[in-house]
Amino acid sequence: MEITDAICSFCGSLCDDLTVKVEDNKIIDVKRACRLGASKMLGHERINSPMIRNEAGILEEASFDSAIDKASQILLHAKRPLLYGWASTSCEAQSKGVLLGEILGAVVDSTASVCHGPTTLGVQEKGLPTASLGQIKNRADLIIFWGCNPIHAHPRHMSRYSGYLPGFFLDRGRQNRKFVTVDVRMTETAAISDEFLQIEQGSDYVVLSALRALVNGKDDLVPDVVCGVSKEDLVRLSGMMRSCRFGAFFFGMGLTQSKGRYKNIDCALSLTNDLNTQTKFVITPLRGHYNVTGFGQVCSWQTGFPAVDLSRGAPYYNPGEMSANDLLMRDEVDASLIVASDPAAHFPSTSVRNLAKMPLIQIDPYANATTEIADVVIPTAIVGVETEGTAYRMDGLSLRLRKLVDSDYPSDEEILDKIIKKVSRKGDVC
Amino acid sequence: MSELLIKNGRVFDPINSINGDIMDIAIKNGKIVDDIPLSPDTKVIDASSMIVMPGGVDAHSHIAGSKVNSGRIMCPNDGRSGIEKRTKITRPCSGYTVPNTFAMGYRYAKLGYTTVFEAAIPILHARHTHEEFGDIPIIDKGGLVLFGSNWQVMEAVRENDIEKLAAYVAWGLSASRGYGVKIVNPGGGEAWGFGKNVSGLHDTVPNFDVTPAEIITGLAKANEMLHLPHSIHLHCNLLGKPGNYKTTIETMKLLEHIKPSMDRQVVHITHLTFNAWGGTNWGDFESKADAVADYLNQHDHVTVDMGQLIFGNATTMTADGPMQYANARLLATKWTNGDVELEDASGVVPLSYIRKMYIHDIMWAVGLEVALLTKNPWQVLLTTDHPNGGPFVNYPEVIALLMSARKREEEMSKLSNKMRDRTTLSGIGRELDWYDIAIKTRASHAKILGLTDHGKGHLGAYADADVTIYHINPDQVDAGREHATVKKAFEKPAYTIKDGKVVAMNGEITATPEGRTFWVNASVPEEDNTRLMKDLRLKFRKYYSINLANYMVQDSYVKHPVVIKAGGS
Repeated sequence: MEITDAICSFCGSLCDDLTVKVEDNKIIDVKRACRLGASKMLGHERINSPMIRNEAGILEEASFDSAIDKASQILLHAKRPLLYGWASTSCEAQSKGVLLGEILGAVVDSTASVCHGPTTLGVQEKGLPTASLGQIKNRADLIIFWGCNPIHAHPRHMSRYSGYLPGFFLDRGRQNRKFVTVDVRMTETAAISDEFLQIEQGSDYVVLSALRALVNGKDDLVPDVVCGVSKEDLVRLSGMMRSCRFGAFFFGMGLTQSKGRYKNIDCALSLTNDLNTQTKFVITPLRGHYNVTGFGQVCSWQTGFPAVDLSRGAPYYNPGEMSANDLLMRDEVDASLIVASDPAAHFPSTSVRNLAKMPLIQIDPYANATTEIADVVIPTAIVGVETEGTAYRMDGLSLRLRKLVDSDYPSDEEILDKIIKKVSRKGDVC
Repeated sequence: MSELLIKNGRVFDPINSINGDIMDIAIKNGKIVDDIPLSPDTKVIDASSMIVMPGGVDAHSHIAGSKVNSGRIMCPNDGRSGIEKRTKITRPCSGYTVPNTFAMGYRYAKLGYTTVFEAAIPILHARHTHEEFGDIPIIDKGGLVLFGSNWQVMEAVRENDIEKLAAYVAWGLSASRGYGVKIVNPGGGEAWGFGKNVSGLHDTVPNFDVTPAEIITGLAKANEMLHLPHSIHLHCNLLGKPGNYKTTIETMKLLEHIKPSMDRQVVHITHLTFNAWGGTNWGDFESKADAVADYLNQHDHVTVDMGQLIFGNATTMTADGPMQYANARLLATKWTNGDVELEDASGVVPLSYIRKMYIHDIMWAVGLEVALLTKNPWQVLLTTDHPNGGPFVNYPEVIALLMSARKREEEMSKLSNKMRDRTTLSGIGRELDWYDIAIKTRASHAKILGLTDHGKGHLGAYADADVTIYHINPDQVDAGREHATVKKAFEKPAYTIKDGKVVAMNGEITATPEGRTFWVNASVPEEDNTRLMKDLRLKFRKYYSINLANYMVQDSYVKHPVVIKAGGS
C-alpha cells in the first residue's frame, strides 16, 4: 500500500509530500524524506513495555494500568510538579498536558525554554514580522541564515522553502536568489552560500547593531572593524539587504543561545522592522522539533502564555522564575512528568541531578538519557506514524499528521487522559 | 426533555416586531416554542420587571486563530490582566484585549452573547482557527474567510470569469469550513508581498492587473451568484488614513447596481470608526461620519458596524498588513506581521487609546456619530471590532453612550476641544431606546449574517432558545439619566440562556456546553469546478508550500457543525 502526501514528524519543516510504502503494517520505504525523517519513519528501537523502577533500582516491566496508577500516585502527592517537554507530540496531547497542569497546580514548560525561548522573549519586546514559508519561496531573492545550519538540522528546508525551488516571482529558483550565511564557523550552509560572514563568538548583538546603523544611514557610527568583520563587508551586506526585493532572515540557536540571548533576537527583529521602511523583509526562527511551535500555540491560546505556572490556580508566567531550569536549579521540583523530550541529555548537570533525585515519569515512544533516571516509563505510539494529530510548522502553519500504520501502543493523549481521570476530583471540569 | 418558562418579562424581539410587550417565553428541548403546558418538571424563571432579549449575536469580532494568538504571544502583559482562577466548572482565564480561549467563551456568555463570528480567517490558517473555536466554550461560532488579495480570486476577476470565481469562493468556504466572504483592503495584501500598498479603488494591484474596485464587484457578483446567506463583508481600502471617507462612500456607490440574491444588504462595510475620516493628514484630521451617515440614510444596500473605540488598551489585528506596519512605525511600537502565501497579509500591533489625544478623541466620536446619525437602526451594528477598537467586554459602555446624551456630554467634557470642533457629536441629542439596542446587539447581526432562518437573533417559534434576561425595568429606569444603571445591567445579565440551558447568572458561569460552528456549503456547476481545480492543482504543485491533500480543514476539527447549504438557484 502506498500512502501519498504523508507528513514527516521529525523537524519543524513538517514536509508534507512524502510517499510511504507500507507492507504488512510495516513501513518499508519512504520517498522524498531526508535521512533524518526517513530514519524515524522506517522505525528504530522502541521502549517495548511500560516499566516501573523497583526497590533495587531496576526498571521492571509492568502493565499500562499499573504504570498509569503509579504515575498518578506520584503526581497526586507532589507539591511542586513539573510537566515538561511536549516538543515531539501532538497538539491534542499538549492540550491534555495543560489540563493536567491545571488539575495538579503544576508548572507546564516546553523544550523551547532551552531552545527558542529567547526568541519568544524577543517577540514580546518587538513583535515578529514574519511570513509563511510559501511566501518566502515565491518572493525572497535574499536569504540570510544566521547562527543556523539548515543543511544539517532541517535538510529539506532549502529545497522546499528557502532556496532552490523556483517561485512565482523567481522562475529560476536558486539562480534568482542570493544566500548569505553569518556564523562563527564555516558550516555546510555557509559553504554553499554566496556570502559568508564569519563573526567572533558572542558578537552577534554587536554585528546586528552595526547592520542596523548602516541600514538606517548612520554609517559614521560604525568602526572599521566590528568583532572581526570589516566595515566594508558590513556595508556590502547592508547594501544587499536594502536593495533586495524581498529578504528573509532565518536564525537558529547560534543566535538564541549565545551571549546576548533574547537581546540578539530583539536586535534582529528591530533590524527586520527597520528594513521594511526600504524594502520587504521577514524573519523566521528555524524551530527544531516538529511540534515545539505547536506547544507555544496551544499553551498560549489556553492559558495566555507560552509556558505556565498553574500553582496559584490561575495562569502565571515569569520566565527566569518559573521555567523548568529555574525551578530545578533552585531544587523546587518534587516530581516530574517528562513527555516526548530528553531533559537528562540537555539540561545543566545541577538540573539533571535534582530531576533525578525526585520521582520522574517518562512518556515517550523511545528510550533516551531521561529513561535512565525515570521511575515510571510509559511507551506510546509515534504521532504522524502510528497515530494522527495536529502539529505546527515553524512558520505557525497547522497541519494534520496522518496515521500510516496500526500500533498496539496507546497515544500520548490517551495516556494523559487516563492520568487526568485518576487525579481529578469527581465532578470537576476535565 | 428539558422545559423552561420565562414568565412576564418585558420582551424586545425586533425581528418579530415585539417592542417591550409583557410576555412569556416558552422553551422545550433547546428551542423556543409557542407554549408549553406547565408540568412539575418545568423550570420557571420569573422575569417580571426585567428585560428579555434574544441571546446576543456578534457579527464581527476577532476571537480565534493565528492573529489572535500572535497577539497573546507578543503581549504577556495583557495576559496578566484578567486573571481568573479555575473553578469547579470553569478553566482558568487570562487577558483583557486578547483573552485566552476559555475566557473568550465565558465572558461573552456572561455578557449575554450566545453567537459570535470571527471576522478574518485566511484559508491556509483555518485549521488553527477551528482548533481555537474548539476551546471556546458555550457560544456558537462561525467565521468569515479572506478573499480580497487571493491570487485565484484576482486571476478569475482579471479573466472576468465570475463563474470560476464563484466556484473558488464555494471551494474556499468548504476548505476553511467558513461562513462568508471577507475582503480586507482588496489588493493591498498582495501589494504588501513586496512591501507596497494600493492607493485607492482604481489603483492597479502590482503583477495582477486588476483593481480593488474590480475585486470588490467581482466578489459581490460571485457572492450573489452563490446565494450566500451573508453579503460580502468589507474592510475598505485606505483604512486608517485621513480622508478615507471618500473611498468608503465610493466603495458603497460601486455596489449600488448589484442585486442581492436574498432579503439583505449587498455589502457590509465594517468598523466605520476607522474609515469615516476627513482631513488630509494628522494635523487637520476630522470626522466625516456625517457624510457617511448621509449616504446610508439614502441607500439601503449597505450595512455597517461601529468598531467603537474604547479608551485604554487595545490589540489591533487585521489582514491589512501595510496599514499595520504604518501604525507600528507611527506609534514606534512592536509589530507582528504574517504574510500568507497566495492569499493575504496580516499584522498585529498593540496600542493604547488615550483621552485628550485628539486623534483618539475624534475616532471615539466617529463610531457614535455613525450610529446616531444613521436613521435606520438596522443599518449600524454595535461592535468594537474586538479587540481593535477595544475589547468586547465594553459593549455595555457603548450601549450606555448610545442611550444617553447626558453620558456622552459627561465623556466629552474629559476630551479635547478639537473633538468638539471636528465632529458633530456634541450637537446630537438622539438617544436610542431598548428596541434599538436589541436591534443593534442581536437582531441586525443575525439578519445581516442571514442567520434568522437558522434560529438566531430572535425569539420566534423554533428559534434556538438563546435568551438573555437583564436586571432592569424599562418602566422605572430613564436610560438617558440613569446611564450608570443601564451599563451595570448590561454588564451582568440576570440570566444567559443557551439552547434552553442557563449558562450564566449574574456574572457567574453556571454551565459550559460546547457551542456549534456554522459553515456554508455552496454547490456550483461541475464544469466551473473542473476549470477551477485545474488552476488550483497548478498552484499547489508550484506555489503553495503544502500539498492540496493536506490543505482542507478535516472534519475532526469541527466537532459540532451546522452546515448551511447555498449555491446557484
